[in-house]
Amino acid sequence: MIVTYRDALNQALREEMERDDRVFLMGEEVAVYQGAYKVSKGLLSEFGEMRVVDTPITELGFAGVGVGAAMVGLRPVIEFMSWNFALLALDQVVNSAAKMLYMSGGQYPIPMVFRGPSGAALQLAAQHSQAWESWLAHIPGLKVVTPGTPADAKGLLKSAIRDDNPVVVLEGEMLYNTKGDVPEGDHLVPLGAAELKREGDHCSIITNGKMILVALQVADQLASEGIRVDVLDLRTVRPLDVPAITASVRKTNRAVVLEEGWEMAGIGAQIVDTIQRECFDDLDAPVLRVHQADTPMPYAKNLERAAKPDAAKTIAAVKKVMYVAN
Amino acid sequence: MSTPVISQFPYRGDPVAPVRLLEVDGTLTGGGGSVPPMDDEQMLSALWLMMLSRAFDDKGTSLQRQGRFGTFSAVRGQEASVVGSALALDPARDWIVPQYRELPALVNHGLPLESFILYFSGHPAGGYIPEGVRLLPIQISIAAQLPHAVGLAWGLRLQGLDAVVLVYFGDGASSEGDFHEACNLAGVVKAPVIFFLQNNGWAISTPRSRQTAARTFAERAPGYGFDGVVVDGNDLLAVYAATRAAVERARAGGGPTLIESQTYRLGAHNTADDPTRYVAEEVLDSWRDRDPILRVQRYLAACGRWNESIAAKAQEEISQTIDAAFAAARAVAPPTAEDLFLHTYAELTERQARQLREYEMPATGPANG
Repeated sequence: MIVTYRDALNQALREEMERDDRVFLMGEEVAVYQGAYKVSKGLLSEFGEMRVVDTPITELGFAGVGVGAAMVGLRPVIEFMSWNFALLALDQVVNSAAKMLYMSGGQYPIPMVFRGPSGAALQLAAQHSQAWESWLAHIPGLKVVTPGTPADAKGLLKSAIRDDNPVVVLEGEMLYNTKGDVPEGDHLVPLGAAELKREGDHCSIITNGKMILVALQVADQLASEGIRVDVLDLRTVRPLDVPAITASVRKTNRAVVLEEGWEMAGIGAQIVDTIQRECFDDLDAPVLRVHQADTPMPYAKNLERAAKPDAAKTIAAVKKVMYVAN
Repeated sequence: MSTPVISQFPYRGDPVAPVRLLEVDGTLTGGGGSVPPMDDEQMLSALWLMMLSRAFDDKGTSLQRQGRFGTFSAVRGQEASVVGSALALDPARDWIVPQYRELPALVNHGLPLESFILYFSGHPAGGYIPEGVRLLPIQISIAAQLPHAVGLAWGLRLQGLDAVVLVYFGDGASSEGDFHEACNLAGVVKAPVIFFLQNNGWAISTPRSRQTAARTFAERAPGYGFDGVVVDGNDLLAVYAATRAAVERARAGGGPTLIESQTYRLGAHNTADDPTRYVAEEVLDSWRDRDPILRVQRYLAACGRWNESIAAKAQEEISQTIDAAFAAARAVAPPTAEDLFLHTYAELTERQARQLREYEMPATGPANG
């Protein structure tokens, strides 16, 4: 069935709330307003105000409330209107949710989900255009997923809600309106499993989140020039699907890592480390990374375009690792 | 006049003067005819917990100096505040969300003393709360437990339970954003939470006067839509009565209460701190006179329920209790390399399994060896 990314997330929430009455949704504007991006459409009328809960503007507070509720056996889904606002709540995400099981000697699992849009949209400027996956993936105790398609959005969110660990779901603001085929029925995507979204044998493009759309566009364009690329969608950045990365690179012998965030200590650095450790003898060229410019996101449209990773930059990187002229 | 003193709460009198029921000399504030909210037997049990706490403080501090305990925070001076509040709860249904300075409350609520010993010995098993004991683990991150308490109360209500949650924190923690966000949320959803603020005068070396310009901490509560009350935190009876009233109100659906328990830290913030650099000796002396344990002992002595031989017997029992707990803690096997990785996630990850193979752990020894 063809649905939008937004509706796919909505289906996931509805199905999991029907399946398990321990699941509840909490956040700013999630109930009466049905979510800033309408992801929770219809849920208040279906499940009532005890399970779809509007909060004051208090990210740290309701993230912590979710942790407390998880400790008495509930499975909270906490919506951040934007992961940029979640910075205020990181003490609860990092110091409480991610560490509670460990610090309680295994006594208190925190089966909860923190979700909301991450990364740049259009001209939202420096404070509202940031990709947070490398920050969050750094933390032992958290799992981090970055769905790029409606099918993955539904399948990963459902798996995240069922997981017994705190799971961070980084959605894409620019993805909510995108459409795609979502399998009927109880569609689950396992956490920690990458997916080859396009097959080729000349070079691997390894990416995640909304960069998958750029990578597929690049694959189409390169195909018209006779260059066939693997597009590997990590889907989950922690735990990382190392076998999927090494299988692709061993086949193509070349790799470009495409990531939305900054270069310094980014997800791409971890991928490159994995490749050099596991596939050193398979490589025919250094691995290159495509990422955001090392600046806060500019507000000016032309500067924003220049700062973001895009198809042209990715094509140039692929051709460079293939030693062909751009 | 023998009006039950519990009817004084919620307190509508002077918002600044702390409520007191038991004077420093051990006499009842209301005079000989007033009825204390605890009977003599309850007071003896409370006193035993307070004395256990004091004895454990000495032991813990000494063990930290020997390198056998990690950084440790003593309760000294705050025993009435901790014990009086904990005794107002029902361990069979109510929850305690601690900070890190509430040992006797945790013991009364069902935590084995050896768990506490394991925790401060650095053993991972020390964080484990036995099944059926309604406690969250000790919280080191200042004020982070406040939103947890609201969530716990929310979750219990969602499950249809009539449980009440009491959360401990200090005057320093009240300056964190967590305090504001937790109080505001609790007020909005009328969560059955008691915010129990132990104003012990100090946040490490930062004095109470640098935490807020407000006359009292309790006065902030009306801003969140619920009541605040100031009690003499070195008065077991006042703390107990105020907390009982708050528990009953929360259980009846009346929402949260903020209790400011005015007490005084008679020792260091923790074993890494040296308060002689910032607390004047004469100030300490004035608080030593108001020692919460002495106050209860004076009252019970006047009732003929306390004397030197009873005190000696209690001390002996307490020593034996502590020694038995240390023996039980010593019997727990030391942590292994697997314990290093266990419980990071609900399951061991592939990355952790690889690192576990790569790590070489020294031969087993004590957690703090």
